Amino acid sequence: MTTDTARRGGIRLGDRVFAGSAATAGALILIVLAAVAVFLIAQSLPALGAGPGELPGTAQNFWVYVWPLVFGTIWSAFLALLVATPLSIGIALFISHYAPRRLAQALGYVIDLLAAVPSVVFGLWGIVVLAPFVQPMYSWLVANLGWIPLFAGPVSGTGRTVLTASVVLAVMVLPIMTAICREVFLQAPRLHEEAALALGATRWEMIRMAVLPFARAGIVSAIMLGLGRALGETMAVAMVLSPALVVNMFLLTSINPNTIAANIALQFPEATGVSVNALIASGLVLFLVTLGINMIARYIVGRRRAFSGANA
Amino acid sequence: MSKRIEVTDLDVYYSRFLAVQNVSLTIEPRTVTAFIGPSGCGKSTLLRTLNRMHEVVPGARVEGRVLIDGDDLYAPDVDPVLVRRQVGMVFQRPNPFPTMSIRENVLAGVRLNNRRMPRADADDLVERSLASANLWNEVKDRLNLPGSSLSGGQQQRLCIARAVAVAPDVLLMDEPCSALDPISTLAIEDLIEELKQQYTIVIVTHNMQQASRVSDRTAFFNISGAGTPGTLIEYDDTATIFSRPSVQATEDYVSGKFG
Repeated sequence: MTTDTARRGGIRLGDRVFAGSAATAGALILIVLAAVAVFLIAQSLPALGAGPGELPGTAQNFWVYVWPLVFGTIWSAFLALLVATPLSIGIALFISHYAPRRLAQALGYVIDLLAAVPSVVFGLWGIVVLAPFVQPMYSWLVANLGWIPLFAGPVSGTGRTVLTASVVLAVMVLPIMTAICREVFLQAPRLHEEAALALGATRWEMIRMAVLPFARAGIVSAIMLGLGRALGETMAVAMVLSPALVVNMFLLTSINPNTIAANIALQFPEATGVSVNALIASGLVLFLVTLGINMIARYIVGRRRAFSGANA
Repeated sequence: MSKRIEVTDLDVYYSRFLAVQNVSLTIEPRTVTAFIGPSGCGKSTLLRTLNRMHEVVPGARVEGRVLIDGDDLYAPDVDPVLVRRQVGMVFQRPNPFPTMSIRENVLAGVRLNNRRMPRADADDLVERSLASANLWNEVKDRLNLPGSSLSGGQQQRLCIARAVAVAPDVLLMDEPCSALDPISTLAIEDLIEELKQQYTIVIVTHNMQQASRVSDRTAFFNISGAGTPGTLIEYDDTATIFSRPSVQATEDYVSGKFG
């Protein structure tokens, strides 16, 4: 018996090759991640202990230096998601449950194309088109709603504010978020959609009963991926903003906080000595911020696992 | 609560494909009517035209009339959403909403009517609906667990509770036991017997013993070949269909010669 002899030798060759290559690929990710972490930590150490005078600017120590950047990174990414999340869920729902099939396909194609546009192009668009376009609206907001702290003046004359940068970021993260949401919405079980319809649900009620709860974990994943991209995105922010090392939440002024990634891109060419280490250390902080946010998201998704629909 | 259904000269199309041709039958209130026939004969399709659920398939449409207590289901000003609130449906595979608890599942349909129900009323409705689905005693201590934590038979009874919670006039069942074991099937059949006191029930089944056990009237459907429309062959008292049917094809089918 040929099969018997093959079995007697243990696992078959093909299985062994496949298991080996899969394990290698899995291990490779961990190795790369560990290597990046080791590099970041090793290169950061000099900056973490550095005193006044060694660091860029007038910072007393590294944490004073990096805090405005952390704030700017999270603030701009948060604003971007605030714009992109409802929009991407809406577009994805339209594609998956409202649009006629032809239109849905065309729309999905356009969204995917949007993902292929390089971020430099989005940055240019932000400077040349978006900023002048929104500047009059910003003026109006400051004039009429200036009493709300977010919209406090003086208004930026160029329109190149953290809000503009965030809108550019939102457009950039939109495709990936829409694509994921669409896939998750399409996977909502037809069985449950029909259950809702048979109870006399309208289409929107059906989506609220059977699609959105089912897609909850997927939507969180989409937001996290969008957030990851918004946090790490360099060019859009670096091109649109002329940043300052400040912490403020004013959306429409010309004094805007910078982000970690944009700061690295802008400062690295001229950095020397400990300043280089400080920039790398800020990269480490970005790494940790992203890690922390992802863990929070995992926790949120896992909390109601029994109700996720995975066991249905 | 229960109403008469009159189907007159009904043709059902999926786009240009004629799936069911020229069906006329009258279903009396407070009876159980079984639709039987081989696969693809259009019995499920016909069932779905009774609450316009066939319309979820793009291109599906009907010609002819369906009256429920004299009201035309397909009149131009009739909203299918409202039809489905009057005509409840139970599906082949149990489909409680996995993201909702047992309690929320029962209340799902009621909540749609935007009724802001006082908690005591909601509790009462949950108990009554689950009791009428013979499920109350099994789940009363775990109403806040997910509906998907129940066994298949319990899930199907939960779906029946969900359907009767909105107090429909008619209850449609599309092979409600085909995914269940014999004990759960028996529980559902007993339940159908009880529900018939209040509701007009139409059940599609592949199981002829089931049809003979639960139904008062039986409609036999058949197709003459693949791609041809399903037609109503014979519609009579269940006892007659199973003992001395008037059409040869019916006798062949119920005696197990084909299908």
